[in-house]
Amino acid sequence: MTHIAVIGAGQAGSALAAKLRALGFDGQLTLIGSEPVPPYQRPPLSKKYMSGEMQLDRLFLRPESFYEEHQITLLTGTRVIGIAPDTMTLAMENGPEISVDQIALTTGADPICLPPAMGGGAPGIYTMRSLRDADAMAHEFTPGRHVLIVGGGYIGLEAAAVAATKGLQVTLVEMAPRILARVAAEETSDWVRALHRAHGVDIREGCGLDSLTRPNLTTFSAGLSDGSMLEVDFVICGIGVRPATALAEMAGLEIDNGIKVDAFGQSSRPLIFAAGDCASFPWKGTRIRLESVPNAIDQAEATAASMLGQGAPYVARPWFWSDQFDVKLQIAGLNSGYDRVITRPGEKPGTQSHWYFAGDRLLAVDAMNDPRAYMMSKRLIEAGKSPRTDAVADPQVPLKSLPLVEDAAA
Amino acid sequence: MIKAIFTAPGGTTIETDARDGLSLMEAARLANVPGILAECGGACSCSTCHVYVDRDWIGKLPEKDEMETDLLDFADEVDEATSRLSCQIKLSPELDGIRVTVPTRQG
Ligand SMILES: Cc1cc2nc3c(=O)[nH]c(=O)nc-3n(C[C@H](O)[C@H](O)[C@H](O)COP(=O)(O)OP(=O)(O)OC[C@H]3O[C@@H](n4cnc5c(N)ncnc54)[C@H](O)[C@@H]3O)c2cc1C
Ligand code: FES
Repeated sequence: MTHIAVIGAGQAGSALAAKLRALGFDGQLTLIGSEPVPPYQRPPLSKKYMSGEMQLDRLFLRPESFYEEHQITLLTGTRVIGIAPDTMTLAMENGPEISVDQIALTTGADPICLPPAMGGGAPGIYTMRSLRDADAMAHEFTPGRHVLIVGGGYIGLEAAAVAATKGLQVTLVEMAPRILARVAAEETSDWVRALHRAHGVDIREGCGLDSLTRPNLTTFSAGLSDGSMLEVDFVICGIGVRPATALAEMAGLEIDNGIKVDAFGQSSRPLIFAAGDCASFPWKGTRIRLESVPNAIDQAEATAASMLGQGAPYVARPWFWSDQFDVKLQIAGLNSGYDRVITRPGEKPGTQSHWYFAGDRLLAVDAMNDPRAYMMSKRLIEAGKSPRTDAVADPQVPLKSLPLVEDAAA
Repeated sequence: MIKAIFTAPGGTTIETDARDGLSLMEAARLANVPGILAECGGACSCSTCHVYVDRDWIGKLPEKDEMETDLLDFADEVDEATSRLSCQIKLSPELDGIRVTVPTRQG
């Protein structure tokens, strides 16, 4: 009987295994995860789980009965430590080798920690990737305490919003000239910065963490590159992730900002596939790697089909969301290569959207509490259509009747 | 426990029992109801948890909020009268026995 092993029981791994069964795969299927719990959703970790609005049982992606009913052998708390690509055997951290016919790598990404010299890994300094991370820092969230958040990306900003809402004093430092610099335009950074400042978050941009010392058992002393020194109670590190490629590297797979796969999710070894945060794939003549739930699910499902020989090339339809305070940020498309941004005021006060164009072509939209703009633009982008920029800028022109540019180069 | 009855794409019905306070989407997920993708996990960000609520039940639900209204306004195959996002429907004793139909396509 054919045996497929899915390594990494997260968002992509669980979607991939489920899809294999949904497509009729009736061989042996093993889903292996190093975390002690069944696959769960990470987005709430920095949102409603962190704030206490959502409990543990609501995080799981599927009930445990799902895996039994679909004859998916779910091995939790089990780490794969090696792959021999020629014999297709997996070496396990604890337990005998497993021989398989095909492998899907859905190993996700590992959070980047402060260097050990700065205290990385020490108590009171947290990363934000897993349930364990979230649970470890939960007791720190009591009103009046001071948290230093390093990194002004979505996860750092979400953590800042939860902490500020809970009555903590929050300082967020971002080394780049502005928050969200890697993922959004200045317009969006400005909007989000204003939101956080209005809630009392001390955001310092172009400012790095130079030193972190522990003068006593209860506080940290943080030296910032703007010359100031802060006393803080704990530190959250939101400085990004690295794709989890260690296994793939050991197996000799090609790596290029993640495990290099083709449009079918196939790595440089024909029997080994990869999907989700750990994989980079072809996109409009270049190669990208996305860190998002929709990509993890869609790429995993497309890869499952390829593994069964039913595949079609994966065409990513990127979108993303982030919740901060009472604002829902929704992002359609991918803005890389934009040359201008049009701001469109929303229908309600305090809402707006930023539309990214390359020439006449619409690439992406960031919508702030403006789901109408988000939904409309997502449709347009997925259909390869571009609205006229003058109409986008004019809130009098209804979203549903934005005139299109006939021949925006696709 | 609150009972909910889903008619999945293809016509099979699936009865679920979920605790008070969970969303209808979560009840569907626990019972492996097909066709409810719920990609955003209930954050009211994706509209892939769309369902048609049985006409006898639609009046018993609290009104949609603005976010739900706006997402539905642009979603696929929406029915003005009965479409709802299942992640925004909180199960409560008044909804015990609610019936909904899952659309064939989400988006
Ligand atoms: C705090 C936080 C907030 C987020 N918010 C959003 C959001 O709002 N919207 C959004 O779209 N995305 C968000 N994301 C990103 C999203 O969660 C990820 O893109 C998604 O989880 C990727 O899925 P994956 O399966 O590729 O990786 P993961 O979900 O990370 O799963 C990988 C799994 O593989 C396991 N593993 C790794 N190596 C091995 C091994 N050798 N053996 C066995 N198991 C192994 C890991 O332990 C892990 O459980 C957020 C992420 C975080 C951390
Ligand atoms: S699950 Fe995404 S909107 Fe309901």
